[in-house]
Amino acid sequence: MHPSDNVVTVLSNVGVGERVSFFIREELRCVEVRQVITFGHKIAIRRIEKDNNIIKYGEVIGKAKKQIEQGEHVHVHNVESTRAR
Amino acid sequence: MNPGARLYQLKKGGSNIIAGRRLKDNTSFFGYERSNGCVGVRNYVAILPSVVCATPVARRIADNVKGAVAIFHHQGCTQLGADLEVTLRTVTGLGMNPNVAAVLVVGLGCESMSPERLSEAIAESKKPVETLIIQDAGGTTKTVREGVTRAREMVRCASYVKRKPCDLSKLTLAVKCGSSDTTSGIAANPAIGVVSDMIVNSGGTVIIGETTELIGAEHILAKRAISADVAKKIRQIVRRMENRAKAMGVDMRGAQPTPGNIEGGITTIEEKSLGAIYKGGTTSIKGVLDYAEKPKGNGLYVMDTPGREPEALTGFAAGGAQIIAFTTGRGAPQGFPIVPVLKITGNPRTYENMMNDMDINAGTIICGKETINEVGNRLFVEILKVASGKMTKSEAFSYAEPVDIFRIGPTL
Repeated sequence: MHPSDNVVTVLSNVGVGERVSFFIREELRCVEVRQVITFGHKIAIRRIEKDNNIIKYGEVIGKAKKQIEQGEHVHVHNVESTRAR
Repeated sequence: MNPGARLYQLKKGGSNIIAGRRLKDNTSFFGYERSNGCVGVRNYVAILPSVVCATPVARRIADNVKGAVAIFHHQGCTQLGADLEVTLRTVTGLGMNPNVAAVLVVGLGCESMSPERLSEAIAESKKPVETLIIQDAGGTTKTVREGVTRAREMVRCASYVKRKPCDLSKLTLAVKCGSSDTTSGIAANPAIGVVSDMIVNSGGTVIIGETTELIGAEHILAKRAISADVAKKIRQIVRRMENRAKAMGVDMRGAQPTPGNIEGGITTIEEKSLGAIYKGGTTSIKGVLDYAEKPKGNGLYVMDTPGREPEALTGFAAGGAQIIAFTTGRGAPQGFPIVPVLKITGNPRTYENMMNDMDINAGTIICGKETINEVGNRLFVEILKVASGKMTKSEAFSYAEPVDIFRIGPTL
């Protein structure tokens, strides 16, 4: 995980209330999942305000269409691409 | 444990290879030396139509001759200017690919792309080239009969060429991803990136393409360009592709990323691109190639291709790639007629589900069983085996028809 990332990709299906753990550098962190998330999809690891960047791989992958809470599913319903539009 | 996984564990001899280092034992493969100094990893006689109208005849010739392969494309006529030039460059490049020992060009006789001009261009590679024109040979049946007669002799000559040890500097690997999910960017593409570095550091050549899937990641690649001019070209091809998408006046999402990408967790083109560029490893970018253009030296090159498989694979093969390493999170099974395509999945479920089609399981990375470097080393060893003659899973299934040529102009 890149230290500036605000989303993580889940590596198994996870249910509401389950905790997802990940490393940022050497530090182990946990986030409680608010929705059912399918394998390979992303969750916010902190609150992301509307119009703020979504960061993965340490780079911008899009903008939040609305406020996204920590542990929420981050995908096409709440993220807009900033390119080819 | 699946039988494939056990086999890999027993054969784990990749441990003496360190990513990015040149080691004598792992820098050669057994290939077919061609008279122009290039090296093939396969030894086909290509039955090459100059125009879509000649493809049924090419097919019947290839069907009747062991070792012959027909390359079906849909272009060659009613094209203009630069668009026709792209087709000529592409079909010529397919004929010149070092995996092809000899070529039989089959033309109709009235097409925009002259079959004679095509044959002459391919013959510059010093390989045997013959030409048959359906309208001159007395129609389809007579052309098939004559084509089978000639192709039989061509495969007999080609069959006498034997594999020899060849240096990795003679190898061009193209890297591609398709039917991606988020495991591609996390696991499979970085593993190919390890291989790309190993091949470039051993003196070989790597081509990465799919300009659409550089949108949002071009700033990273531009920083790795060997010169300001190459950096500018990278930005230019990306802007041009982005403008083509914008010109359609609709949201690109749904076409890029595709519905399958989105279901697999990829949200935007930027996310797809940032995951895709891992395939190119970490070395400097030596140049930007036009579609189907050959690299002018060794090292890492970016080719301007669309993301869609048939056009991208065709562009790479025409640019001289002898092997294609193709990652797929969701499971894309296609191959290519003259170039072996290795399928690598970063998704362990896809590997289990489509084991008949997936050559390498990189899903071990997200399961925590192997590191990216370990999978990269395993993939590198497999690529050397394929370069030396081992069939990929798509080759064994003869899944080799998706050929298409990138169009930049209208059909007239």
